[in-house]
Amino acid sequence: MISANLSAVFYLISGILFILALRGLSSPDTSRQGNYFGIAGMIIAIVVTFLSVGNFSTSLVYVIVFLMIGGVIGAFIAFKIPMTAMPELVAGFHSLVGLAAVFVAIAAYLNPEAFSLGVIGKIKLASLIEMSIGAAVGAITFSGSIIAFLKLRGIMSGSPIIFSGQHLLNLILGIAIFVLVFYLCKSQSNSIFWALIAISFLVGVLLIIPIGGADMPVVISMLNSYSGWAAAGIGFTLENTALIITGALVGSSGAILSYIMCKAMNRSFISVILGGFGADSSLDKEKEKKDQKPVKSGNAEDAAFLMKNASSVIIVPGYGMAVAQAQHALREMVDKLKKNDIKVTYAIHPVAGRMPGHMNVLLAEANVPYDEVFELEDINNDFANSDVAFVIGANDVTNPIAKTDPKSPIFGMPVLDVEKCKSVLFVKRSLSPGYAGIDNELFYKDNTLMLFADAKKMTEDIVKNLD
Amino acid sequence: MEIDPFIFRLSIFILSIFIGYYVVWSVTPSLHTPLMSVTNAISSVIIVGAIIAALAGSSENTFSTSSTFGFIAIVLAAVNIFGGFLVTQRMLQMYKKKSKKK
Repeated sequence: MISANLSAVFYLISGILFILALRGLSSPDTSRQGNYFGIAGMIIAIVVTFLSVGNFSTSLVYVIVFLMIGGVIGAFIAFKIPMTAMPELVAGFHSLVGLAAVFVAIAAYLNPEAFSLGVIGKIKLASLIEMSIGAAVGAITFSGSIIAFLKLRGIMSGSPIIFSGQHLLNLILGIAIFVLVFYLCKSQSNSIFWALIAISFLVGVLLIIPIGGADMPVVISMLNSYSGWAAAGIGFTLENTALIITGALVGSSGAILSYIMCKAMNRSFISVILGGFGADSSLDKEKEKKDQKPVKSGNAEDAAFLMKNASSVIIVPGYGMAVAQAQHALREMVDKLKKNDIKVTYAIHPVAGRMPGHMNVLLAEANVPYDEVFELEDINNDFANSDVAFVIGANDVTNPIAKTDPKSPIFGMPVLDVEKCKSVLFVKRSLSPGYAGIDNELFYKDNTLMLFADAKKMTEDIVKNLD
Repeated sequence: MEIDPFIFRLSIFILSIFIGYYVVWSVTPSLHTPLMSVTNAISSVIIVGAIIAALAGSSENTFSTSSTFGFIAIVLAAVNIFGGFLVTQRMLQMYKKKSKKK
């Protein structure tokens, strides 16, 4: 058994290691080392906890057994999961953090002596507030992440679910949580504690169902942030520095990512939360217009010809590439182009895909060197000097309407200036609008050639035609 | 008058938010997905609470209600710890191969 002071020092060290873990991610070269720091921090925290409790009875055996069970499941998932499924994996992991926070809060509530928080029915006021915050935020994170997971996985429709009085209901439930925390502090009654958790679960569901598929990158980042605040709440309850530091880090990390995602869509955080994006009724009107406009469509042979005669090509990947798992075929195509001395770069919009950095990971999986991959602001000027833009699975992020039509729902969103290229190849299965529910006028431009096909199949066909 | 230890913890918390703010802004956008998976893994340090709860059971009653919640939380957090760090490692490994080839 080690003293409380000594263990506090070790928890501080593990907190610092976690900071270094995030710091390492500032460049791909230092990132792996950062991950080892994170692992070291975790091992220190766990070992110190064992030593400070100092209970080496049969319980310890069970703890290790359960730890191993979880570890094996986690490792199995980590090795099996395809990179395209990263968004739902992360959502699923968030839900586990949330639920773990709820369970720790429950355990602390039922057995406060173990955490030296007082005795049952007479828990210290501050601890009670902290654990109810931890439990409530944890519960919201859990149920919210489950909904996000179901939507990302396609088990639940990605379109927003809206009913009248929804925001009012959320407001009432939000107030109810505060009222319950207040009465919990006064009466310390078990039923209030359970009611608090139940309502928080409900709030989590209600918060996420109105948010549409296009806003998923924001949702995931937001839930990331929540899981951090839940951990911090529990950290205060347990008076544990490692947990407080980590909670703050994760909380601010998620908040920053949400901010970046919102900015990339030119949407305010509030409007994302209120939801309903992507269900615009303007869809029907657009359809009528669309039918009249001529579209140039081509096949793999035309595309291969165009690219072979280009001197520079910019690839614009989007979620469609992930769905079709086309990243490897794409890489093959790029290799062929490079052999013909054609300069190829990749342009990634911050909200391409379903989570921050999703496209970068997929391209990395296909062995695309990361110095050929550029962010929106770094590459946007290059479109004007390039011959071909190859848009694969992206849509809304290339729509020039965001720059021209103030009435459009995506007006003001930073977009890739694809239309400035000499010619644009657009791989898409149909003319259907993207998640924002609006037509892309790029389809009807003279210099656009539509390639109607599955992204992977089309890319493979182009590869064949490049020989 | 003595300062409440809560204030110290609050100071740590607030300073950590600032650290988090500056550290996360310096993360390169291409690593935002690994950032999410690693923050996921480290927030599972909540397992320390689960371990304390689980070990609190007496030897006659290893699985009291409170410790049972602790045990379940251990499994959940462990899935996250192992899964989170390993999947991050797997992703970062992919970023490595390319830089070597260059």
